Amino acid sequence: MQESKNLLEVKHLTVDFSTDQGTVHAVRDVSFSLVPGEILGIVGESGSGKSVTMYAVMGLLAENGRVTGGEVIFDGQNISRGAFPTAKAYNRAMCAIRGKTLSMIFQDPMTFLNPVLTIEKQLVEPILNHTKLSHAEARQRALELMRQVGIPSPEKRIRQYPHEFSGGMRQRIIIAIALANNPKLIIADEPTTALDVTIQAQILELIRDLSRKAGSSTIMITHDLGVVASMCDRINIMYGGKVVETGTDKEIFYQPNHPYTKGLLACINNPEEDDQDLVPIPGSPPDLLKPPAGCPFVDRCEKAMKICKLRMPEPTRLSETHISACWLNELARRGRGGDRP
Amino acid sequence: MAKYIVKRALIGVVTLFALATITFFMMHIIPGSPFAGETSRLPASVRETLIESYGLDQPLTTQFATYLKNVLHGDFGTSLNRRGRDVVDIILTGLPATASLGIVAFCIALSVGVFLGTAAAFSKQKWVSGAVAFLSTIGVSVPSFLLALLMMLVFGVLLGWLPIVGLSSWQHYIMPSIALALSPIAMITRLVRTSLMEVMRQDYMVLARSKGTSELKVIIRHALKNALVPVITYAGPLIATLLTGSFVVETLFSVPGIGAEFVNSVSNRDYTLIMALTIFYGSFIIIANIVTDLITAAMDPRIRLK
Repeated sequence: MQESKNLLEVKHLTVDFSTDQGTVHAVRDVSFSLVPGEILGIVGESGSGKSVTMYAVMGLLAENGRVTGGEVIFDGQNISRGAFPTAKAYNRAMCAIRGKTLSMIFQDPMTFLNPVLTIEKQLVEPILNHTKLSHAEARQRALELMRQVGIPSPEKRIRQYPHEFSGGMRQRIIIAIALANNPKLIIADEPTTALDVTIQAQILELIRDLSRKAGSSTIMITHDLGVVASMCDRINIMYGGKVVETGTDKEIFYQPNHPYTKGLLACINNPEEDDQDLVPIPGSPPDLLKPPAGCPFVDRCEKAMKICKLRMPEPTRLSETHISACWLNELARRGRGGDRP
Repeated sequence: MAKYIVKRALIGVVTLFALATITFFMMHIIPGSPFAGETSRLPASVRETLIESYGLDQPLTTQFATYLKNVLHGDFGTSLNRRGRDVVDIILTGLPATASLGIVAFCIALSVGVFLGTAAAFSKQKWVSGAVAFLSTIGVSVPSFLLALLMMLVFGVLLGWLPIVGLSSWQHYIMPSIALALSPIAMITRLVRTSLMEVMRQDYMVLARSKGTSELKVIIRHALKNALVPVITYAGPLIATLLTGSFVVETLFSVPGIGAEFVNSVSNRDYTLIMALTIFYGSFIIIANIVTDLITAAMDPRIRLK
């Protein structure tokens, strides 16, 4: 993979949050890339750093969050805070990108729309920010977007307020806002978590179809492996602020390597099997106030060894696309007499 | 909307009736008589004629019925203390001074409060929010008469910069309006600060930024309208309170307003004036509350007018 081909390249990204209890190391040395048109899934449980990673890319971290290391290269431009001399220059550059080439679909449709502004005001805003369209033209575009995301009678609905919409309809508005300028990359942060199960599939399909139509790449952040199975080309598994395994959907589902990935897959219900016991992963995620020196999963891993606690395993390349960071791979390699390059 | 206003107005009338009833009977329960002061030196026969002419010898219920009948005909009666003067006339004479002082105090409270609150909410320097928090605590806890007396002593007596008595030039407005505005400033500062900080943390602010809207526009377009709703809820009744005057501050600065009239009317047992002022004050607050509710409903579509 050449650098120039990638739409997004995240290199050694580190994000810290300062809290009353101390510094939380939420994202620790995360690297990945994305080619145009690709749909990447980022999977992990709460607090694994999956959302924080993408908020850091967008430059939308909460006030106490700070990118302390690494680089983000998007669309050939280095958009790390460190690449700009001042905060002002960084903000100006990000304002030009956000909502135009890089946009985000948020988790909770009930809280992410402004309750006191009409749908029209909220929907024309990204259009007016990034195009030279007049207000009337932007309104036409907004109506078209509402039709695209499947909102009936948009002429009437556009004058209403968010509280007059159901959760699913609000999420459609949020999707319309993200799609307003046909962005190159859409980051979807658990877009279905807050929704009724019955609408989840509709919303996912909508995101997939519309992003494909717009020619956008998508990063789908989720804790639900079912979501990524249905739509992602490639999957990053995150745990304890690190990417522990990455691979194509087939590699992750059929040849999982990392014990954590295997654990996650064991928690999925298989509808074809009766009386199947789901196997939960015992324990709880590591405390990122004091992140472990070794593998973050060590305390919950059945196959943990001494070395796991002491040092973070190096990523092992299992195939062109499949990489996993686990000491077991090193053990296997040594056992086989180092037959891998 | 129109239906809502009519409904609120009717409720307001009922409230006023209750207010008038309670006040009427309470003030008659209080010992004393409108003719206990200088008039007490009058011969007993004259006093009795007076009492009779005002109908004060009648049973209370009869007096109340007569009073209500007169009020409904627009007649609030004449002052018992200043014989022959219409109470409405007394109120209208005092109102300009009180209202102008109230408007000045209200403007000071609102502008200073919003400024300090915004500064405290957005300042990155810790000492700014600390200083504002300190000032607003002082403002809430120091009684206005104490500040008024201190200001009178320092700026009026010791330094001689500002006039102490009356309301005849703009300099006269400075001390009484500051004394009136002090505690509202503190309240508004705290309201603006907490409500802005609360709004800035909301998820919809993140979405607004994700559209590529600049921080200043995000604040103006998305934060202010949300943040000002609680401020207006407080400011509406506040303007009613300030416009109808402060008894203490007006008395201290000898402002010829209706606040001072209220205090005097109670100590003089000037029954008709007490009643008229109570009804005036009550209806002002009721109207201010209705207007406040209409404004907040216009600002926040989630508020339903029922």
